[in-house]
Order: sequence, then C-alpha cells, then structure tokens
Amino acid sequence: MYEGSFHRLTDRMFRESPWPSAEAIAPYVDNDHVFCLLYREMWFRHLYARLSPTARQRVESWDNYCSLFGVVLHGVVNMQLPNQWLWDMVDEFVYQFQSYCQYRAKLKNRTDDELQLLRQYDQAWNVYGVLNYLQALVEKSTIIQILEREKEGLEQFTATDGYDYEGGSNVLKMLGYYSMIGLLRVHCLLGDYHSGLKCLAPIDISQQGVYTIVIGSHISTIYHYGFASLMLRRYVDAIREFNKILLYILKYKQYHQKSPQYDQILKKNEQMYALLAICLSLCPQTKLIEENVSSQLKEKYNDKMTKMQRYDDEAYAVYDELFSYACPKFITPAAPVLDEPLTNYNQDAYRLQLKLFLYEVKQQQLLSGVRSFLKLYSTISIGKLAQYMEVDESTLRTILMTYKHKMHAVDSKGNITSNADVDFYINEDIIHVVESKTTKRYGDYFLRQILKFEEMIGELDRVKLD
Amino acid sequence: MGREPQQQQQQQQQQGSFSVEELVNVNPYNPDLLTDLENFVNEQVSSQTYNLDANLCLLRLYQFEPARMSIPIVARILIKALMAMPAPDFSLCLFLIPEQVQMEEQFKTLIVLSHYLETARFRQFWDEAAKNRSILEVVPGFEQAIQAYAIHVLSLTYQKVPRPVLAEAINIEGLSLDKFLEYHINNSGWVIEKSHGRSQVIVLPRSEFNHPELKKNTADSVPFEHVTRIFPVLS
Repeated sequence: MYEGSFHRLTDRMFRESPWPSAEAIAPYVDNDHVFCLLYREMWFRHLYARLSPTARQRVESWDNYCSLFGVVLHGVVNMQLPNQWLWDMVDEFVYQFQSYCQYRAKLKNRTDDELQLLRQYDQAWNVYGVLNYLQALVEKSTIIQILEREKEGLEQFTATDGYDYEGGSNVLKMLGYYSMIGLLRVHCLLGDYHSGLKCLAPIDISQQGVYTIVIGSHISTIYHYGFASLMLRRYVDAIREFNKILLYILKYKQYHQKSPQYDQILKKNEQMYALLAICLSLCPQTKLIEENVSSQLKEKYNDKMTKMQRYDDEAYAVYDELFSYACPKFITPAAPVLDEPLTNYNQDAYRLQLKLFLYEVKQQQLLSGVRSFLKLYSTISIGKLAQYMEVDESTLRTILMTYKHKMHAVDSKGNITSNADVDFYINEDIIHVVESKTTKRYGDYFLRQILKFEEMIGELDRVKLD
Repeated sequence: MGREPQQQQQQQQQQGSFSVEELVNVNPYNPDLLTDLENFVNEQVSSQTYNLDANLCLLRLYQFEPARMSIPIVARILIKALMAMPAPDFSLCLFLIPEQVQMEEQFKTLIVLSHYLETARFRQFWDEAAKNRSILEVVPGFEQAIQAYAIHVLSLTYQKVPRPVLAEAINIEGLSLDKFLEYHINNSGWVIEKSHGRSQVIVLPRSEFNHPELKKNTADSVPFEHVTRIFPVLS
C-alpha cells in the first residue's frame, strides 16, 4: 500500500494538485491523531515533490514534524511501519530543512508578506531544533546500545531487519537508526565532516546491515560517508565504499525502475562516479576498483581524468566542475539578518567548501608528476630527479615529503595508514622506490567460498530428503 | 594562570559534576554550552591539552550564531589545530568558519602557515612564523608541536636523513641540535652515522612507512572476526 498504491493514486489523481487536506480526511478515521500526523507528513512530502510549497506551508510542515516526532518520542506510537516509510520520513525531514535554508537565504525580491513570515516564525526549521530532534530520536530509541548488545549476541536487530515480531513497535527504534544517517547528512551540509562520521560510527558499514535494506538509505549513507572521507583526505576509504555501492547499483538498479526514487538513484549514481573520479585522480588506487565499475567510469570520465592528472588551469576547471556537480547542497545555518540590505547568500556555504577543496588540490599539484617519475625507477638520486623535474634539490625534497604526508590518512583515533600506490623511501640522497604489489586477499576469498560451499551442501541435503 | 581554578569552579557550579567533554558528548547541540566551551579552549591552551570534538562543537555554535563569535578564541582553536598535524584538523576548522571571517589578517597568516606545513616547506614556515610571533606565542608548546610534526614527516620519508635537512625542518642548529640529537638517541632510538667523512646522517627508527617491506605482514593476515564466520562450518 505505502510503496505501491499511494504513488499509483498520486499519478492518477493528484499529479499536479495536493492530496485532500488532513482536515477533510479526519472524520473518516475517527479523528485519529497519529493517523492525521502521518497523513499530513505524506501530504507535505507530495506537495514538496510535485508542486512548490509556499512559505506558510513550509512552516506548517515543520510544525507537523514537531508534533509527529513529539508523539513518537513520548512512546505513544504502538504500530509497526515499513522501513521504507520511516526512512522516507527522516530523509524528507532533512531535505525540507535543507530546502528551507536555501529558501531563507535568497532574500532578494522577497515580498513584504514573506519577510514578515520569516520574522514571525524564526523558530521554524531552526538548526538547533532539527539537530536536537534527530539526536533525541537516536537517544530515546537507545539504538546505539541496541547495536552494541547485538554485537555481543544479546539482542536481535539486523536479523529481523529492525522489525519487532513480539508485538512491540519498530517506529522509534528505526527512526532512531535512520536519524544517525540523517545526522551524518546534516553535518555534511554544514561542512562538519568529522562530526558527521562520528554520528555514523555506531553503524558498521563494512558489512551489510539494516541501512542497506532500503536503497535510498543505503545510497545516502555511502554517498555522505564517501564525501566526508574525501574531504578528510581518507581517499582509500572513499574509493572502497564508492566502488562497492556503484557495483551494487549497477547490478540491482533494474529492480528499481518503477520506484518513485528511481531518478534520485540514478542522479546519486552519477554523482558518486564523479566523486570517484576525483578520488582516483588524487590517489590512484585502480586496483581497488571492480572491472565493471572501472569500465563505467572510463566511459563517463576518461577524458576528464586524463585532464585532472595534468594540474594546469584546465585541470582545475575539471576538479571545480566535478566537485560542484557532485557535492551536497551546502547550507548556511544561521538565521538571516533581515534589517540590512537584502542579499542572496545561499551560495556562500558552497563557495567556501569549493574554495577549500581546490586549495587542497593545489597543494597536491606536483604529486602526480613525481608519481609518474617514480614509477620508472627502482632507485634514483635526488639530484637526478630534481633535474628531470626541473626544480632544485631542496624543492624536490619538499615535494617528496608532501607526497608522503598527503598519501597517509589519519583516522579519527589518530592511526596512520598509507594510501600510496607507489611508495618509496630516501636513504640520504638516494630514493628507493617500492612498487606496492597487489596483495590479493586470499584469506577473505577462501572464507567466502567455504561458506558458499557449506550452503550448497546444505541445500543438496535438503533435496535428497524430498 | 591564577584565573584557572576559579573558572573551573564556576563551571562545576553551573553543571554539577559534568566535565565539558562529557557535556559535549551528551548534548552536542546546546547553545548554552558556548561560554563553557570558550573557557575550555583557554584551558586547553594553558594546560597544553587538546580536544578536537569540543572545539568543532564551539565552531559549530559560532556558525549557527555568528554574532556571538569571538575572534581571539577562533585564533586559538586554529593554532591548536595546526599543532595537531598531521591530522587534517586545520581544514576541518576552516570548513566551519565563514569566508569573510577568514579574511582577517591573522587568519590569513595562519592559513599561509598551514599551507607551508601541508606542503612540507619548513624553511618558509619557520621564517613566516618568526615574523608572526605575537599571534603564535599565545599558545605554549607551539614550536615543539611543529617540530614533532616535522619529525613525523621526515620519518615517513627517510631511512637516513642528512643533518642539514633535519636542521632545516625543525629549525634547530649547532649546539642545540647536538643536544636535541642526544635526547632522541637516548629516547627515540635515533642513531648517528658518519657519511663519506663529510656530514652526519641520522638513522631514523624503522616503521612500515620508511621500510615498506614491513607492511606486507599485516596485509596478509586475516582478521579474527572473519575467521569466526566459519566456526559453525568447522564444528
């Protein structure tokens, strides 16, 4: 019903007009409070998707979320709802917040009425409110503890996909779970990548989990995780996860063709290829990329990736283009100052992130040159390489150290790992190059095959019994 | 320094028995924390400690309410972040500071300094730092922290580093350098060799970064959690 009929009815009856208002519906459901809140949430979601909401409707939608989350947080809700629905709720909540921030930041050409509304409802979509609702859902649901207990085998969560088969409700628990992903996204929108990843930390994304059940949640998680990792210079982490999800989308997107989120899936898919192209240009780790993903990437970005290697003006233009295309819609969270001459500042946050990113690219501009030289030698003296690169020796020493520094990622605990594809060390004045060989993970491969084999044997046994 | 205990007392009065760090963990989106967090920055400066999460939390509050931003506090946070290199903390802070604030003279200087450190141009860094003493000396331990970073980058890169290269990176020469070396010979496993009879060469401790062959051992192993998956099959 939620995933099918609602959208079919929408397509048939309400393509370009809102659904009947909640007030009109209420008598048919005995004025059920929770029903009306849920209905209105979907009503607004439909409005945002198909039409453009007015300032007043934006504020009303905020009020509705406040009431809805209020009810959930106080534990009055005793039903089970599909994961897809609960994910959509959190996702839409963050989307409408982002949309409101963008709307609020465009102050030019606002009518007096609209300004009056902004003044009057200055608490609507307030950044503290948004963050605290998400945080409260995480805490009240005790989802972090649930995931901890699950690790020790004391509780089931992943095995039941988050549903409760003992008569309880899954609503608070799942909203809490998805709120961690929501928090990651809000932090990315604010440019706070470290805190974003911290919010996601309770979810182990190296494995499948509840976050992978709903494709929207799966994509949102990995997209933001990857983006934050890119900004933190943890390129290998980003590359690994992008590779996994892009392969997944490649395999399964056909099953989602009829889904209302299909366009969204394709868009994020394209954006993640762009981010992957950036990561691989800064940190060539082609062996982490699966064949199919690699050929897709070549098809889309081969020319651009060649350009990015050159680090001239044209290369920066490509970095700029791909980043701008693929980055989240950054927001300025502070409330607008309505007395000064009214300006549009909705692009400020984006411009800052772009500028700082390009700054980082610039710091790495000489590295691809040094990399291609190092690939040719097993040992070479500093003097000789300096000659080839047309720099003096002490500059070359700084370039080599920059290479080392930039190719080592620091994780949140301060551990350092090497991301370098070509590694080297210097002994006095001689550079020794160590090509990192492909160390195939046989262990993992064998483990998976053992499990697969066991499964097959099990199935065969069952066949015999029949 | 005399004000420190007083401040701490005040904080404790305000929040019962919670420390600022705990408050940041429990309630990270609370505008009322702002003053405590500012005091906590000062405390980090005077006690030579560091807490990135708390500082990011404060920058976030500034981001939400730009009118309450204190420029000297932001400067301290940024200097502290420089001292945390090789971690990318300095960029993490910049991501949260509005562009027009970054145009302030002292922030421009700090951005230049960060650029020199990020690109390992230590000589330029020390020259620039010397010109801007007044900004930097607010935070004790600055020089030592940068020297530690320089040594970190050198240890990633060199097995044996010529003495002049080391001297330039940490900005210590002559007798003081001898003392510095002696300390590290005794405490960090450095060894001094004579090369070709000319100048000294310092042998830095082995790590997987300057001896890449050491790394492979860890890559070959299988984490225990992965092995547990086949326990049901084995039993």
